[in-house]
Amino acid sequence: MEKMSRVTTALSSNTISGRTMFCHLDAPANAISVCRDATQVVVAGRNIFKIYSLEEEQFVEKLNLRVGRKPSLNFSCADVMWHQMEENLLATAATNGAVVTWNLGKPSRNKQDQLFTEHKRTVNKVCFHPTEVYMLLSGSQDGFMKCFDLRKKESVSTFSGQSESVRDVQFSMKDYFTFAASFENGNVQLWDIRRPDRYERMFTAHTGPVFCCDWHPDDRGWLATGGRDKMVKVWDMTTNRAKEIYCVQTIASVARVKWRPERKFHLATCSMMVDHNIYVWDIRRPFIPFATFEEHKDVTTGIVWRHQHDPDFLLSGSKDSTLYQHMFKDATRPVDKANPEGLCFGLLGDLAFAAKESLISSDANRKPYPGGDRRYPIFFFKKPDQTEQFAHVSSALSVFETDLDSNRMDWFVKTAQLYLLSGKPFAELCDHNAKVAQELKRPQVSTTWTMLRIMFSDPANLPAPGLNHNLIKPGTLPLMSSFSMKEMGSGIGTESRLERSKGDSRQDNSHLEPGNSHISNNNEENEETEGSEGQAEYMFGDAELDDDDLYSMEHDNQTEEPEYTLPQEAFQLRHEIMDNPSAPEHLQQDKADSPHVSGNEAEVTCLTPIESFSLISISQPLFSPHLPASFFCPIVREMLSYYAEQGDVQMAVSVLIVLGDRIRKAIDDLTQEHWYMSYIDLLQRFELWNVSNEVIKLSTCSAITCLNQTSTTLHINCSNCKRPMSNKGWICDRCHQCASVCAVCHHVVKGLFVWCQGCSHGGHLEHMMNWLKSSAHCPAGCGHLCEYT
Amino acid sequence: MASKPVAGFTCQANGENRSGRASHSCRHQSESESDTGPSPKTLARLCSRDEEERTAALEELSHGVLVCLGLDRLGSARISKQTLLHLLRLSSSCPLQEVRERATELLRTAQEKGVQVPRALVSGPSAFIPAKEILKQGANQDILIESFLSLGRVDHITMVMALHPAYLSCFLRTQHALLELDGPLPRHWRHYITIMAAARHHCSYLVQQHSAGFLEAGGEESWLSGLEHAPTKLSSLQTLNKLLAHRPWLITQQHIQELVCPGADPRWSLAELIHAVVLMAHTHSLCSFVWGCGLNPEPDHIGGYTFQPPSPDHLPRSPHSPAHEEGRQELVDGAMEVEVLMKRMVELQQQEEEYTQEEMATRFERERSESIPTAVVRGAPPDLVLCLVEEPEFRYEDFAPRGEQAPPTMRAQDYSWEDHGFSLVNRLLPDMGQLLDEKFQVVSNLTYHRMAMHEGVDTHTLRKALWNYIHCLYGIRYDDYDYGSVNVLLERSLKVFVKTMACHPEQTSARIYHTFWRHFRHSEKVHANLIVMEARLQAALLYTLRAITHYMR
Repeated sequence: MEKMSRVTTALSSNTISGRTMFCHLDAPANAISVCRDATQVVVAGRNIFKIYSLEEEQFVEKLNLRVGRKPSLNFSCADVMWHQMEENLLATAATNGAVVTWNLGKPSRNKQDQLFTEHKRTVNKVCFHPTEVYMLLSGSQDGFMKCFDLRKKESVSTFSGQSESVRDVQFSMKDYFTFAASFENGNVQLWDIRRPDRYERMFTAHTGPVFCCDWHPDDRGWLATGGRDKMVKVWDMTTNRAKEIYCVQTIASVARVKWRPERKFHLATCSMMVDHNIYVWDIRRPFIPFATFEEHKDVTTGIVWRHQHDPDFLLSGSKDSTLYQHMFKDATRPVDKANPEGLCFGLLGDLAFAAKESLISSDANRKPYPGGDRRYPIFFFKKPDQTEQFAHVSSALSVFETDLDSNRMDWFVKTAQLYLLSGKPFAELCDHNAKVAQELKRPQVSTTWTMLRIMFSDPANLPAPGLNHNLIKPGTLPLMSSFSMKEMGSGIGTESRLERSKGDSRQDNSHLEPGNSHISNNNEENEETEGSEGQAEYMFGDAELDDDDLYSMEHDNQTEEPEYTLPQEAFQLRHEIMDNPSAPEHLQQDKADSPHVSGNEAEVTCLTPIESFSLISISQPLFSPHLPASFFCPIVREMLSYYAEQGDVQMAVSVLIVLGDRIRKAIDDLTQEHWYMSYIDLLQRFELWNVSNEVIKLSTCSAITCLNQTSTTLHINCSNCKRPMSNKGWICDRCHQCASVCAVCHHVVKGLFVWCQGCSHGGHLEHMMNWLKSSAHCPAGCGHLCEYT
Repeated sequence: MASKPVAGFTCQANGENRSGRASHSCRHQSESESDTGPSPKTLARLCSRDEEERTAALEELSHGVLVCLGLDRLGSARISKQTLLHLLRLSSSCPLQEVRERATELLRTAQEKGVQVPRALVSGPSAFIPAKEILKQGANQDILIESFLSLGRVDHITMVMALHPAYLSCFLRTQHALLELDGPLPRHWRHYITIMAAARHHCSYLVQQHSAGFLEAGGEESWLSGLEHAPTKLSSLQTLNKLLAHRPWLITQQHIQELVCPGADPRWSLAELIHAVVLMAHTHSLCSFVWGCGLNPEPDHIGGYTFQPPSPDHLPRSPHSPAHEEGRQELVDGAMEVEVLMKRMVELQQQEEEYTQEEMATRFERERSESIPTAVVRGAPPDLVLCLVEEPEFRYEDFAPRGEQAPPTMRAQDYSWEDHGFSLVNRLLPDMGQLLDEKFQVVSNLTYHRMAMHEGVDTHTLRKALWNYIHCLYGIRYDDYDYGSVNVLLERSLKVFVKTMACHPEQTSARIYHTFWRHFRHSEKVHANLIVMEARLQAALLYTLRAITHYMR
């Protein structure tokens, strides 16, 4: 056999050639089939039945079998097959239940040979015996399979599947007497052609209809099935029980499956709905198709390999009324488009990175992988290789860990827990949150909160400027309105600026860093470019406080590290990956190579005049408490975007919630949704379920609030009879017992139920906790040594 | 919208939340009526699975009512109308005997105290079927109790369907999933879409039932007074609703595109759209059932109760079947009909004749365009319904006999539920495909192997003929079916009934119901109803799903 096939291969490679090409049919095709020598293809459908010859460059219509003025329904084909031994013989399955054979050798125009009308319903499939000339098998919607001897007028045997709808029948390639039939109810049956009374074997292959099956051309035991459940399964039939050995999950119901010639592990599939592509899978790599043909514009209804020993030509017919010849070398290889790298952050800043070895090995930092270059082409060239397959793709996984000590996401958790988002008057919320931020040594955030309070508080409640000293609470004392207004006006978009001004004001106290001179320079520049602003700053310092006083509180709180806070929260992760400097180094580095560190960009850009938008010119009127709050919306919006962009989406969302209607309309819904989603995601990663729920509840985006309404159903099984509990309530309606009984107190547990993963006994959380304090054994007496941690 | 008594009723099991909201809405409604009756929570507790809990709730209920009555010595109605209607409904439809008895007793007590007590205008769930046929104590009692416990009420639909328990359970499952479980549409929208759909067939039964559901789910009352008060996104469904109800074969990918494409103003996502489509198609076909079985209004629906005392000569309107009154000759004829039908069925199965393509096509066309007089003009639908319909004159239209402009036939082999429809629904609305699939299978396999007085009959051909006839009315043709057998098996009066029910359900009358299959059991007629309903649902779905598939292409 082996020898023979090699001979034919050699032969075929001489005779078969061509390119990717297509032709328009007049009507949608339902099925196609090729003749043995691969030179002609027959296309059949409801309104088409034609034979095309495959020329080098194009399809040429050879014969129209659909003759007569009003072709009968016998021409309306659900399936067609060309005999693989006898080149003049074709069979079709008609939608009205007829099985028709056609003899191309007939001299008349009508080539119809025999007509069998034994099936009551649509015939879904016909199949010739691979070696026997006169044997034809059909499978119909009425649940019967019939075997015809073409020398006789009627069927020789009828096989009853005892169920609705046979979807496919296939003779085994190797076992002379065996055929497989697949059914609408998900079963596959194996029959012996000599025994029509009973199937040899039956097993359930899919949930829902099995639309197709195909025997492996070389391996006698393998049967591939495809179903409505979007799976392709390969079964090993040599054992006693059919064993599923491979399974490919596709994205749509599988209409046809065909093993690829000469490639043991390859098969082609197409779908009946939605998806128009043809996929070739390597069943050992079920996650990504090996090759894809994307030419069709509507669902592909028939696929066939052009020659049984040539893996490079695939023919396909489609509902879009085209017939294609696909060349394997022109196929799309999804692997090439697949991202070869994966990157993921751990919760605590760890980073995992996986990439194709070939990519990593070309990294200059690493020792070049020996032979890496040689392997390269295998992945990236489509050159058909005899060993054409996915293999040898290996990835390297690197994990970069952060220093645990520097796990500085603490602030996030604390902030999330301590912030108040609702339940108090606006001003109090702001004050509270400002205080929280202050305590966590995040002065700029704190300042922002205070400023928000001032901006959006009801003018009537706003303390008159003159009374600042008396009214403002100690915690927020220095930020009297005048000054903060100005800051907001100029630098709100870039918080680092704020920070810097503070740094400036701290100069007297902390002449530590050389960088400080830069800062003051910067500030001077600022004053030059934004003249009026500078003025405003000092003019409105007329509360007669000098800068030191303004920030006196902050000084108290953070004498040690006045300036590091900003990088800590906003850019920490990036630095963490590269190196792990202690804080002062960090700062130094920032100063030194600021162009490279994105964190500093904010600082750099804010020096340019662009930032100094004209608000300053009206910064004096701002001072008046009569300004409508909406006046600030653009600024606040910008500020929120800034925070969000810097990675502090927490701030953005918190402010969004606290401000509520005051700001909501100024920011488009998509952005808001995006922020909410990111924040909720973060919260959930930190297992801050309560906070995340609160946020969901408080959000005003419909897309977010509905998060709480999905997946609220919990399906449970009865602990006694293991059946699903269909009822509400605590009693299983099958075994009439209470389902979740506490093993300690024997009452029904309504609420928190804890159980042992080992023996599955459990009960009230508290009871179990107490029990296992005193005893190591399971309270149910099953003898299991439960552990409670 | 006078009566909204289900408010407190459908909530149970999982919900402080829901019962809280429900009680709120109830209070809101009844403020004007100075309600001092039992809280809706008590009523919800009646549906508890725990027997003790139920008994306790029952006690609480009677206590509440008695206190109300006792407090008021003047005899004016201090007990709210709603509570009374609750009691009325419980007394007539609750499958739990103790509850039924207690409710009756309470009503009597109230009457003795001088309170005006409502009474049901109708007896039994259906105007066509004698109540005793339906309310037989028996095996199906379990499923009634089950549905009372989980839905809070046993409505007339459930009672009639309980004649076929196997079907009822999967019907209830599907309906529950459509209206209550996870899905892309908010709950009150689902009810509103159902109302829109039911209004197309002037089905005030469903409109009232879902109006209650709508309000309970937090819908705005003003929407119910007219489509123009609902969001544009909802009212943009009107065209689809109209076509789906009457001429689904006209639905094209343009209709889908208008709703789904990015440019559309109130844009529908495909998942939302499928959900809405299934809801609408489900409701339209359910309207067929409601009309086809002549369901009476619920005791707490408008027209289902009255506060007037019965006039002395009043007898509760009881459904009467002409078959019972007509002469012996009729009965004999009827018996003959069954015999003839049996014979034909057997003959058909043996038939081996071959027909030409031409002949088969003609037969299909003949069935499709056969003129079956269905236009029995009824009174105008109630305003309640009319304000929710646009273009009420748009109706099912007979296919012109082989006319030029006849819409193209849809070939069942080219777009079938099993191959195409299922995959699409399941893709966009997981689980729903499975539920519908199950329902179609149950209804197509449902048989008791009997026909009228005969046992052990294979009714497959008859059921198939019914199913295919309905699909034929909707322009769906099976290549492998000989439509000649429809003519042989379905007598004309049956065709009148089926066509009326499938295409103009609001015109179904008792006469039409009683004239077909005179010797068959009522449960068999209900079975026929179920087939019509499901076949119609599938036909409408197939057209819409095909349009969606084309849109996605």
